[in-house]
Amino acid sequence: MVNLIWAFMAIIGIVFAMFNGTMEDVNKAVFESANEAVTLSIGLISVLVFWLGIMRIAEEAGILKILARLFRPIVVRLFPEIPKDHPAIGYILSNITANIFGLGNAATPMGIKAMEQMKKLSGSNEASRSMITFLAINTSSLTLIPTTIIAVRMQYDSASPTEIVGATILATIISTLSAIMIDRLFYYRSMWRK
Amino acid sequence: MVVISQISIWIIPLFIMLVLLTATWKKVPSYEMFVEGGKEGVKMAFSLLPFLVGMIVAIAIFRSSGALDALIGLIAPVLNFFGVPPEVVPLALVKPISGSAALGITTELIATYGPDSFIGRLASTMQGSTDTTLYILTVYFGAVGIRKMGYALKVGLLADLFGILAAIVIVTLVFG
Repeated sequence: MVNLIWAFMAIIGIVFAMFNGTMEDVNKAVFESANEAVTLSIGLISVLVFWLGIMRIAEEAGILKILARLFRPIVVRLFPEIPKDHPAIGYILSNITANIFGLGNAATPMGIKAMEQMKKLSGSNEASRSMITFLAINTSSLTLIPTTIIAVRMQYDSASPTEIVGATILATIISTLSAIMIDRLFYYRSMWRK
Repeated sequence: MVVISQISIWIIPLFIMLVLLTATWKKVPSYEMFVEGGKEGVKMAFSLLPFLVGMIVAIAIFRSSGALDALIGLIAPVLNFFGVPPEVVPLALVKPISGSAALGITTELIATYGPDSFIGRLASTMQGSTDTTLYILTVYFGAVGIRKMGYALKVGLLADLFGILAAIVIVTLVFG
């Protein structure tokens, strides 16, 4: 899908330029923008190094574990099909807390482990109710501090690169809550149909 | 709304302080851990590079040829009705499909309109407030061999839509 969108943006652009007399601009844009993208990626290193460093300390200091304890009662309620002391709950909690801190690389393996446990519970290769709830929460994003975006804003001389953090947290909370509600809605609808 | 901007300024320094205090209290070798984690940041920046080059060049072609403006002109009336700035439409379309590609589009928007413009702020917030639905679906279901997805895709995409609408409303309210 992304391959199609990507290729077509370039193809349509070049065809459009043929009829629009903007080929010179396109030619210039190719090389200038490639150059700009490289400069940008290198500029991102500063913030990414600093933030992932701090996050590693947080992980090592057990801050993620404290948060996991805090969220436990909520998560147990979100997944009524999973028994309270089942290992799946533990993996789901690690996945959610890692996501909150923007540790995508740590969150994915935990998420896969959680899925394995949920598959054991359901015992079929059809997505269970818990699996879909878990995916809905994950797709709505849980990250509190959007590090990469802050780094990009810095690169383009924003007067206040972090000013969007508050708005992002609010939008994230709303998108996660609506994901949970949409998930419930679809679940009850599928029950009602049966 | 002043509160939200203030939270944005305080949250990062306070968080850093909290992390370092806890680490020192628990006798974690904080500096060594910092360096360990930081190495991953270098890797991450370099692995993003080809994604950004590919996407930014494709958008640059699309924009500089005049095709983007033509497209925006076509769909603007419909979107204006819902209060959606047409400039962010490509971002909203790509966001559920590929996170790195969406980052390329966000970057292009920030570069073109400026990070402190309405479009720049909106793109920044949109980028942070939803995740890549199709990627997550593929990775998680693929890893454990789930064949029938049920209503998972519908839920994920609808949640993306709500996230984008939430971002538009909030950015309008906070930054006007």
